[in-house]
Amino acid sequence: MAAQQEHKFKVIGTRPIRHDGVDKVTGRAQYGADISLAGLLHGKVLRSPHAHARIKSIDTSAAAAMPGVKAVLTAQDFPEIGPGMAAMGELPINPQHMSLNCIARDKVLYDGHVVAAVAATSPHIAEEAAKLIKVDYEVLPHVQSVVEAMDDKAPILIPGLGKGEDGEPTDTNVANHLQFARGDLAEGFAAAEVVIEREFDTSMVHQGYIEPHNAVAQYSSDGQSTIWVSTQGAFTARDQTAFVLDMPPSKIKVIPAEIGGGFGGKIPIYYEPIALMLSKHTGKPVKMVMSRADVLKATGPTPGSHIKVKMGADKDGKITAAEVWMAYEAGGFPGSPVGAGCMCVIAPYDIENLQIDGYDVLVNKPKTAAYRAPGATNAAMGSETVIDELAEKLGIDPLEFRRINGAKEGTAQPAGPKFGQIGFLETLEAAKDSDHFKSELPQVEGRRVGRGLASGFWFNAGFQSSATVAINTDGTANVVTGSTDIGGTRASCAMIAAEVLCLKAEEVHPVVADTESIGHTDMTGGSRVTFATGTAVYEAAQDVLKQLKERAAKSWKVDADKVVFQDGVFTCTENGNESMGLKELAGKLPRTGGPVAGRASVNPRGVGPGFATHVVDVAVDEETGKVDVLRYTAVQDVGKAVHPSYVEGQMQGGVAQGVGWALNEEYVYGEDGCMQNTGFLDYRMPTCLDLPMIETVLVEVPNPGHPVGVRGVGEVPIVPPPAAIANAIYNATGVRMLDLPMSPPRVTKAILEKNG
Amino acid sequence: MHELNYEAPTSLDQAISVLAAAGENGRMLAGGTDLIIQMRAGVRQPGQVIDAKKIPELQALSFDAQSGLQLGAARACCEIIADATVQQHYPGLAEAAALIGSDQILARASVGGNVCNGSPAADTTPALIALGAVCQIAGPNGTREVAVEDFVTAPGQTVLAPNELLVAFQIPAPQGQVSDCYQRFIPRNEMDIAVVGVGSCVALDGDTCTTARIGLGAVAARPLLAKEAGDSLVGKTLDDAAIEAAAQLAQQAASPISDMRGTAEFRTHLVGVLTRRTLKEAAARARAR
Repeated sequence: MAAQQEHKFKVIGTRPIRHDGVDKVTGRAQYGADISLAGLLHGKVLRSPHAHARIKSIDTSAAAAMPGVKAVLTAQDFPEIGPGMAAMGELPINPQHMSLNCIARDKVLYDGHVVAAVAATSPHIAEEAAKLIKVDYEVLPHVQSVVEAMDDKAPILIPGLGKGEDGEPTDTNVANHLQFARGDLAEGFAAAEVVIEREFDTSMVHQGYIEPHNAVAQYSSDGQSTIWVSTQGAFTARDQTAFVLDMPPSKIKVIPAEIGGGFGGKIPIYYEPIALMLSKHTGKPVKMVMSRADVLKATGPTPGSHIKVKMGADKDGKITAAEVWMAYEAGGFPGSPVGAGCMCVIAPYDIENLQIDGYDVLVNKPKTAAYRAPGATNAAMGSETVIDELAEKLGIDPLEFRRINGAKEGTAQPAGPKFGQIGFLETLEAAKDSDHFKSELPQVEGRRVGRGLASGFWFNAGFQSSATVAINTDGTANVVTGSTDIGGTRASCAMIAAEVLCLKAEEVHPVVADTESIGHTDMTGGSRVTFATGTAVYEAAQDVLKQLKERAAKSWKVDADKVVFQDGVFTCTENGNESMGLKELAGKLPRTGGPVAGRASVNPRGVGPGFATHVVDVAVDEETGKVDVLRYTAVQDVGKAVHPSYVEGQMQGGVAQGVGWALNEEYVYGEDGCMQNTGFLDYRMPTCLDLPMIETVLVEVPNPGHPVGVRGVGEVPIVPPPAAIANAIYNATGVRMLDLPMSPPRVTKAILEKNG
Repeated sequence: MHELNYEAPTSLDQAISVLAAAGENGRMLAGGTDLIIQMRAGVRQPGQVIDAKKIPELQALSFDAQSGLQLGAARACCEIIADATVQQHYPGLAEAAALIGSDQILARASVGGNVCNGSPAADTTPALIALGAVCQIAGPNGTREVAVEDFVTAPGQTVLAPNELLVAFQIPAPQGQVSDCYQRFIPRNEMDIAVVGVGSCVALDGDTCTTARIGLGAVAARPLLAKEAGDSLVGKTLDDAAIEAAAQLAQQAASPISDMRGTAEFRTHLVGVLTRRTLKEAAARARAR
């Protein structure tokens, strides 16, 4: 698969050093918190200590009187945004909820919800001043589990959220219910030899990016504003800030700083509008940086969930019916990724009879944000462990069971549309052929060892992107895009341009531009940048090539269609003696009509979905419940891997986060509704001592919808790990773990219960 | 804004007088790996910080075959765990000291600081309890000695008066077939605070246990000596039955709470597991001496 295309590419598929590497390893790269400006003030916020409360009054006088304090703001200083939906790119958003999440007006909906902000001459003064703000709260009963929040008697977070049969608003915490159904469930289950029905609980988890959120903002007296911020989307940050502050987007320039991880969590805005309003009130630039506790309490977790999965299969292993019920925590405002969860949950399989119900449920926890294949990991924990159990009960190898039911080109997805060219079955084959799968289980003294397998699906995204490619007089090229670089996309975009122009990767200089220096570009997310921005770069480079051919034609006085470009050389087909290298031609541009720059703006539709199959070996200490991952192999259909090292890195990163989600990561709330583990000591992400070297197998089934075959690669690797590890724990101990995380107390309890 | 004064006395007398002058406002700083975090979090807000690292008595690390180990309270863990004498005679203490943090943290952190921080979950305290260590305390009225199991009184609190400081630990010399072991349970392989920690020290005469001490961490408001559990082994062969009986007594001594690091039920279970494991290992080490 990989071989069939390799001869075509010279740059794509190689592993050059990343263009931003030196700046990053030498500390020269400017992250949001590194930005400094003359006269800079520092902003801090006061956050709610309650999970649910009405704000009766806020007294800012003591804070405002503190020497060094330049402004103290509450929601009253921000425009009040009315209800209703708006469009941001192709995504529907709710500006009112966005505004109220940035700074609470009448009610706080979670521990850590911002209620006021201070700007002062130093961060310490701002912090001390924030403590002097007096908020009079009427504490309300809180609700933090989806099951309880769906109960009729539950405290209501946002009144009038629902709509009754008469169209009148009703009080409910269920923000949305969606359903996909086809076939006949009863008939399907009746045809089954084995039916398995299980219920799962998964905990809220955080993306855990190492860099806290930040924003530096400068408001000018003419209303023009500039924001420097580590964000996944400069345009996205600009547009959201404009909604929240009721400003025209064109009045705001966002300059994307370098970004220290996002994984979806840096798509929403938090401090951008606050810093800008503090700047407006003080006339000075204002910088705001979160602490780790701020990040965990009040930014982008992905939901915990309650999931019920019922599946049946006949004696040949064919799945006859699937019924899935999922309720996801939205957090304080609507918008959990339950829809994506519903569309992913059994997507790798061809199932005739199905019903999938999804509920988006408000709870007194931070508003959830995207996190790497949002919604799909929770879902796969349910479906992929039930599939393991079905296969076991039927005596069919779990990999073979997946092959029997596996989706291929033409299979209808749960939501209806049929798959195009996909590589799920290929991932199963490659997993089967992997060294890991063929190896014996390693033995560990005093431990039970087991092997597990799970698969996963993620759509990947398209969306809007712009790019320009300009030729320098020395024959190198500059590539300008609007996509902030989280996963090595400077390198992949530069390599695509280099491929078209027959340059070396290092002869192309990728630049991430601000919102006034490039056409609109949607956020870096949905594994879309190398796909969509890569398409724009490809087309812009083709545009450059077309113009260069015209220049060569002009200097040879022939028609442009008589010029061909191969191996970096323009040749005239009409006169075989005429040829000229790209570098030579670049030097002649001033005398053949001036500079050459190409541009493209795209909204490509040919997105190629991603599939993954993972194999894991674990060792379980039956006395302590501790699970060690001994060996892990991630197999994935990556389309064409532009820079294989970064594709592998994405896969390894997704697995590492998935292992954390599986074993130890969870939001711990006390009886008071406040988060208890607000640091990396007790919010336990895996350390490097908790992970083996994660092996990767790249399956390259090219995406026909992309000029070089790219599929998104960054998200699907986080989908299988919890289910794969749960299946491995079962294989080791005979215990089916149904809840995440599969932490030592839970595993111990399950083992003790099994052993009586 | 909070004002902070820092002094680094070079003698015990100087330290005591600075401490006495500061009163409730003073706090000794050894490695600072707990204190600085607590100051940042606003948990402790001393106005006078007194650096313990430059006082010679607090840097002691010397072994005598009769009197045992004199371990200065501020001696860095990285030096303790690299010390051949400690490794040979007190492997459990070396194990505990090595768990306090990463290499960078170990270069600053001290056993004395770990104990004085008063955490019920401190790793070195149960190891020191198992070894029968004695705390040497100095103050304006002279010196006094307190058994390490009596040193911590409640979470974050010790027997130290505001004008006193911990100078050193005196750890008895092992006589004959004696050895120790410390193990803790954490959910990951690094970067965690003990869910439960158990230190065990046993002395053997042939196959018979002559003394046994078991220290428990993170299962009560302060680190504990599980005296009945240790005493139950005296005069016995350390077979599975004897060890199991001791483990059950250790579980009875524990009175854990449920928190984000573990449930009470899980902690009690782990006391049994770790008591068994550390007793077996300590016995194996003692037999090998």
